[in-house]
Amino acid sequence: MKKVVKYVAFDILRNKIVIAYMLFLFVFSMGLFLMEEVPEKSLMSLLTLNLILVPLISVMFSTIYIYNSSEFIELLAAQPIRRKSLWLSFFIGLASALAIAFFIGCGIPILLFSANSVGITMIITGLLLSVIFVSVSMFSSVYIKDKTKGIGVALLIWLYFSLLFDGVVLFVLFQLLEYPLEKLIIGLSILNPIDLVRIISLLKMDVSALMGATSAVFKQSFAGNIGSIISFVVLLLWMVLPLYFSVRKFDKKDL
Amino acid sequence: MGRVFEFKIGLLLSFLFLIVSLGNAATIVVSPKGQEKVISNAFEIAQNGDTLIVQSGVYQEGAMILKKGITIIGEGTPVIDGQNKFENLLVEHDNVRIQGIVFKNSGSSSFTDIAALKIKNSKNIVIENCVFENNFFGIHTINSSYISYLNNELISGMTKGKPSSNGIHCWKSNHLTLKNNTVKGHRDGIYFEFVTQSTIENNHSVGNKRYGLHFMFSHDNLYKKNEFRGNGAGVAVMYSKRVHMINNLFAENWGNAAYGVLLKEIDDSKIENNIFQENTIAILADGANRIQIFNNQFTKNGWALKIQASCSDVELNKNNFIANTFDLATNGNLVMKSMDGNYWDKYEGYDLNKDGVGDVPYRPITFYSLIIERNPGALMLFRSFFVKLMDKAESVFPSLTPENLKDTAPIMRKIKHSVNDTVFKYQ
Repeated sequence: MKKVVKYVAFDILRNKIVIAYMLFLFVFSMGLFLMEEVPEKSLMSLLTLNLILVPLISVMFSTIYIYNSSEFIELLAAQPIRRKSLWLSFFIGLASALAIAFFIGCGIPILLFSANSVGITMIITGLLLSVIFVSVSMFSSVYIKDKTKGIGVALLIWLYFSLLFDGVVLFVLFQLLEYPLEKLIIGLSILNPIDLVRIISLLKMDVSALMGATSAVFKQSFAGNIGSIISFVVLLLWMVLPLYFSVRKFDKKDL
Repeated sequence: MGRVFEFKIGLLLSFLFLIVSLGNAATIVVSPKGQEKVISNAFEIAQNGDTLIVQSGVYQEGAMILKKGITIIGEGTPVIDGQNKFENLLVEHDNVRIQGIVFKNSGSSSFTDIAALKIKNSKNIVIENCVFENNFFGIHTINSSYISYLNNELISGMTKGKPSSNGIHCWKSNHLTLKNNTVKGHRDGIYFEFVTQSTIENNHSVGNKRYGLHFMFSHDNLYKKNEFRGNGAGVAVMYSKRVHMINNLFAENWGNAAYGVLLKEIDDSKIENNIFQENTIAILADGANRIQIFNNQFTKNGWALKIQASCSDVELNKNNFIANTFDLATNGNLVMKSMDGNYWDKYEGYDLNKDGVGDVPYRPITFYSLIIERNPGALMLFRSFFVKLMDKAESVFPSLTPENLKDTAPIMRKIKHSVNDTVFKYQ
């Protein structure tokens, strides 16, 4: 298993797209920090970028990678390796490579310029987002055999989480305008890791006062000691659940 | 001839009388070591026009009442201590002047307004260079006129468990002058109710628990060069007419219900040359009519302006809007009298003829700000990609945002205001 993880991770880290992704993140975040005098503002812009780019790259890249290495997977499946550990090592390889890319690209500039609780939160949530979307892409690609269809679905997944979901949320909120919405909002934000990460980061930043009563509700649930544990556990579930189902499927899959 | 002579005699007599009465004005010294140790006794002896010199020491005399027009001068910061039980001093006479006294530890009560210094039914009073520490009410003014509070310092709220009330509290008074005072840690820094024709200048109301400035039914007042910073709920002004606010600084009033200025039912007023910085809502106007908001600087606020549809004839000209999350929000069909010639840092238009005025109008109301006004729950989507996309689409093809709310002559570059006054040194 170790060998496979090593192979996958190094293979990905040498990949041109991942290097370009890492470089882009690095240049962009360095640029933001150097241009803006107040690090909080750059963090804010960086957050917006991360919430769009990190899931997109994670989900698309890992989907394409898995489809491209389907023959390699078949070959390895013929070897005396358990399928579970084969699939998990692919996951670990992908996740660690993308997490490293994010950490070098985004984490190091943040640590250099704003190593406070907001910055640390941004790094941790960014790493979690990378891993979550690797896990989600593995879930989708194990169920879909056709490559083109699989990539299309991956794109749809990204579109859903970063755009469509928010549209649905807005629709629901307006439909239920007359009801107390606090619990619903909490529930809805748990259903989307991108939203959850955005809310956690905003709560850490000073802008939370802008969010009025909504922010107070979020603070109760997602900030503070118990709150951070809750949000961390939710994000962890987002990581583990798709992976668990994909492993189960891969175990029985006819390759 | 005779009449003139009589007049001269009269003048001479009155002049003589003046000299005599001045000569009569005695000076009484109160000192813990001297002959007269008790201030209240000195009050008994003193005649109108006398001067009382209070030398340094701590005077614990319960509730003192002054009913004579005298001057009290503190030498070496004498302390009048209310022992957390009493009202330190009640003044009920005209022509009183108090300088350089420290008023400390007034009593507190839920039933009566206990103040360190209370002025009641009086005229022509000057309170100067006094310090008020750890009191319930600092200065309480009732039904008085021509009162000046100059260079005083009021600090409260440091003792745990002891409630603090308003710093400078004025009720049913007129012609007040508040200058160079500092109020910290009280409930409301400066509180006016039924106070008219007064000037509030160069005061610092900082870190008070509720409002930095709070007034109601107080017409024709001038607020100039004051600093209102970091107060629990900012500044709230209500039910007043002809208020003039100029060169003030409203800053760091940050919180769920904190406003730079809350204008509730304010009519015919002017807000000019002020700086609003880092407030959750810089100006919230509700039921305000004929307000002129000119030459102000709005920087880094959550909402620069929230003008409810209950307002009419608001004029908004020549202001700078820089780095605010939302420039303007409203809750319905707001109609402004004018909204031209402002600088908006979010303006993306062009200026082909290079006259410094943008060629396309600017619409400060974003789609998202309309949505959260109707549905606060939508704040869950704050700063999301979806919202950004929505705002962008709406700004390219405005269809839902109010048609008439636009700046038809947005200025291309930041407007230079002549607000380089004392306020700026606190930036």
